[in-house]
Amino acid sequence: MTDFSGLLKRLTLLFVRKVVHLYKSFSSMKEMDIAELERRFQEKIDKEIKIEPNDWMPEQYRKTLIRQISQHAHSEIVGMLPEGNWITRAPNLRRKAVLLAKVQDEAGHGLYLYSAAETLGADREQTIDDLHSGKAKYSSIFNYPTMTWADMGTIGWLVDGAAIMNQVPLCRCSYGPYARAMVRVCKEESFHQRQGFEIVSKLANGSPEQKAMAQDSLNRWWWPALMMFGPNDDHSPNSALSMKWKIKRSTNDELRQQFVDITVKQAEMIGLTIPDKDLKWNEERQSYDFGEINWEEFNQVISGNGPCNKERVDARRNAKENGAWVREAAMAHAEKRRSRKERA
Amino acid sequence: MSNKEWPLFEVFIRSKQGLNHKHVGSLRAADPDMAIENARDVYTRRSEGVSIWVVESKLITASDPKEADSLFEPADSKVYRHPTFYDVPDGISHM
Ligand SMILES: [Fe+2]
Ligand SMILES: [Fe+2]
Ligand SMILES: [Fe+2]
Repeated sequence: MTDFSGLLKRLTLLFVRKVVHLYKSFSSMKEMDIAELERRFQEKIDKEIKIEPNDWMPEQYRKTLIRQISQHAHSEIVGMLPEGNWITRAPNLRRKAVLLAKVQDEAGHGLYLYSAAETLGADREQTIDDLHSGKAKYSSIFNYPTMTWADMGTIGWLVDGAAIMNQVPLCRCSYGPYARAMVRVCKEESFHQRQGFEIVSKLANGSPEQKAMAQDSLNRWWWPALMMFGPNDDHSPNSALSMKWKIKRSTNDELRQQFVDITVKQAEMIGLTIPDKDLKWNEERQSYDFGEINWEEFNQVISGNGPCNKERVDARRNAKENGAWVREAAMAHAEKRRSRKERA
Repeated sequence: MSNKEWPLFEVFIRSKQGLNHKHVGSLRAADPDMAIENARDVYTRRSEGVSIWVVESKLITASDPKEADSLFEPADSKVYRHPTFYDVPDGISHM
């Protein structure tokens, strides 16, 4: 009897404590203003603690990430088109199998990234519709045509090479799901670059016609590849905030310089010439100086006036519209199977 | 055009026998069978797995990060749960 009342007393005490605790945490929540939340958020970032989907984050951080991750996802998906163009015309079965595997990887990259954007509350359907309406951007490089087989090599070598340069620092991005997606992507990208370099070097060491084809391809892709790193630092307004939030770890110009330094040597090795008369080794900086990028061209392509912008977006839109019945049929089939299972 | 989106699934992969399934990401699929097939194509293209679990994301209940301090408080205050809490006299071994 006495035992029982003792237990009751203890339970009551526990309950009261819990209520007090709940009340305290509730009122402290209310008192905690945005400035304090922001301070704690930045503190976490500075300590290299990752931000996870349900954690508090400034609205601008969320927006910046959704924009960046979905643009990245779109680039992976649209990036399948210029290479898909050559799958049926690959010169042999080995090249065809490799190209297929590479393009399939890009589809996977797109999916990891769309999923990462969804963890921030982005609506998948809306994200894709924004690409189709022209509201969302993607990497300008994919608006150039792939005219010869050598372009398959140059894309792997330069475009995937530039992508790797951009993506390696993103593996340490402050937002957990994006960083994790980037780790997967980076693991897969190095095969992309190597298969591309293999194609180019084979051509560069082949017949005079093949070598000319490789050089012509490099001539066409070099400058667009340099544009992939985005505007110069002094014209990149979002950069400072992205660096503070550790979404970005290096500036556009730093990454571009790194890319030039590495790639020039690779081109030399296979006997191709970088199409830049201002390219010169700078002994003092231990780096290459290079010519001015045609930013007018970059702006034109970004704003929809590149050689293939319309073709690319049309292809994506058609794929979605013409595939709608497949997605609907799959849903209907799934529902039918579900209800059949329930009845059984 | 009806735009009923396929449901979202979370994907868990066992990378090899003897290890537990680990969350790797998510994807959309019409049903669990398709989710498994898609997960194979998306998350195990380079033999990253020997077993896949999928579960519809909406079925997962997650703890609230805002409540993390109070939720995990009981563990913080019990240092005596760790062996380092105890002094072992010199000369005592295998403990
Ligand atoms: Fe990719
Ligand atoms: Fe990429
Ligand atoms: Fe790639």
